[in-house]
Amino acid sequence: MALFVPNRNPGKLIVVEGIDGSGKSTQLSLLSHWLRSQGVAVAFSEWNSSPLVRDTTRRGKKKQLFTPTTFSLIHATDFADRTERYILPMLKAGAVVCADRYAFTAFARDVSRGVSRKWVRNLYRFAIRPNLAFYFRVPLEVALGRILGGRTAIKYYEAGMDLGLSRHIEESFRIFQGRILEEYEAMAEEMGFFVIDATRSIEEQQREMREIVEQQLGESLRSEVLRLQWMTSGDTPYAA
Amino acid sequence: MTPRTPLSFYGAPLPGVDTAELQGKLIVIEGPDCVGRTTQINRLRGWLENQGHAVLDTGMARSALAGKGIQQAKEGNTFGPLTMTLFYATDFADRLENEIIPALRAGFVVLTDRYIFSLMARAIARGADRAWIEQVAGFALVPHVVYYLRAEVKDLVTRVVVGRGAFDYWESGMDLRFGADMHESFVRYQSRIIRALDRMAARHGFVIIDASRNPDEIFRDLQQRISQLFAPPRGRGAAQKAARDG
Repeated sequence: MALFVPNRNPGKLIVVEGIDGSGKSTQLSLLSHWLRSQGVAVAFSEWNSSPLVRDTTRRGKKKQLFTPTTFSLIHATDFADRTERYILPMLKAGAVVCADRYAFTAFARDVSRGVSRKWVRNLYRFAIRPNLAFYFRVPLEVALGRILGGRTAIKYYEAGMDLGLSRHIEESFRIFQGRILEEYEAMAEEMGFFVIDATRSIEEQQREMREIVEQQLGESLRSEVLRLQWMTSGDTPYAA
Repeated sequence: MTPRTPLSFYGAPLPGVDTAELQGKLIVIEGPDCVGRTTQINRLRGWLENQGHAVLDTGMARSALAGKGIQQAKEGNTFGPLTMTLFYATDFADRLENEIIPALRAGFVVLTDRYIFSLMARAIARGADRAWIEQVAGFALVPHVVYYLRAEVKDLVTRVVVGRGAFDYWESGMDLRFGADMHESFVRYQSRIIRALDRMAARHGFVIIDASRNPDEIFRDLQQRISQLFAPPRGRGAAQKAARDG
């Protein structure tokens, strides 16, 4: 059975993946600014952000009700809601949808929690296949340094505390993120990720991302996707 | 103690569950909306408890995790078919892991008002891929028995009209947008559900209970069948047990 549904819509789907602290959100934000500045209609979707599911996820986290299976299913429910109500209609309308994390996040995290690899891949079969999937590759220590240095507190499930890997939240986080990193690395080739070396400067990474977008989707961005009509033609590379 | 065959999973097993520990009985009552499942479960529960069995009864959208969320989503106007299927799957998983399995471990009789079959039938009625939903629901335990309360759509319509007095939005499958006529929509939607359950009945060996009869007859039928489920197995152990009990 095929993984994902081919995107037969005028819009395009660009996703970013990577462990916490890989810098993917920063890069996606810069990319979407750039696309907008070119007159492209951009829509943005973030992992775990469906209003329909929010209360349930919050309840589960607060009361620590989740098992690996229900954690996986509630995120799939969240993803289904965003797919049905947002991502798919936006792609049909011709928008370039930028997704901060996608089904691959579930593949990496849920398998790291002990959920069957085959089961979770089937679970997300309804997902639209991305036109471009960027993977921000970063050594574990670099990512941990960014996270542990900057933020105040790591959350229970983020650290994989439900798995009983360690009583210390930072140690648990370290082990859990290490497992997730291994899962990402194991699927990178199979999933056709465009791998970005996330240890380089922000500017260098962004330059490479834009080059890949131009190379892979340039033609569609000029002719297929929804564009703001009032943007003056001729002064951007993507003018019709 | 006579050794029991451990329960198994339909597909990929749930992480961290040793089925050899599950000593109780898992009894499923399935059937379409308005067929009278709840009435039967309430009566069976009282009867089983009188017999000395500890009983847990559970049903859809009753989980601590997702029950409220599903209720809220149903009250809104934007519950998409895939989202609905997966929300119910979350609810089911929560009840399976946190209610059903612990109760089975403790030797309870678990009476469940619907199981994955209604969940799958609803998904299929809404156009979901059969193989997809079967695999998604594959973490469910194979029950000891599934009693399928089967009736024709006209029997269900009678119960709605005489019993509840009104058609329900979701039971009528109004989200499928067959049209504005709730009766017509109910008939079309429930026919799909029955068709899907019928297919599963053959495939998974459901015990079909004719639910067009009156509730007392259905109850006696179920009582008799469930009694057999608890009858001591034939053989030496059975003779000893019969002697002990007699």
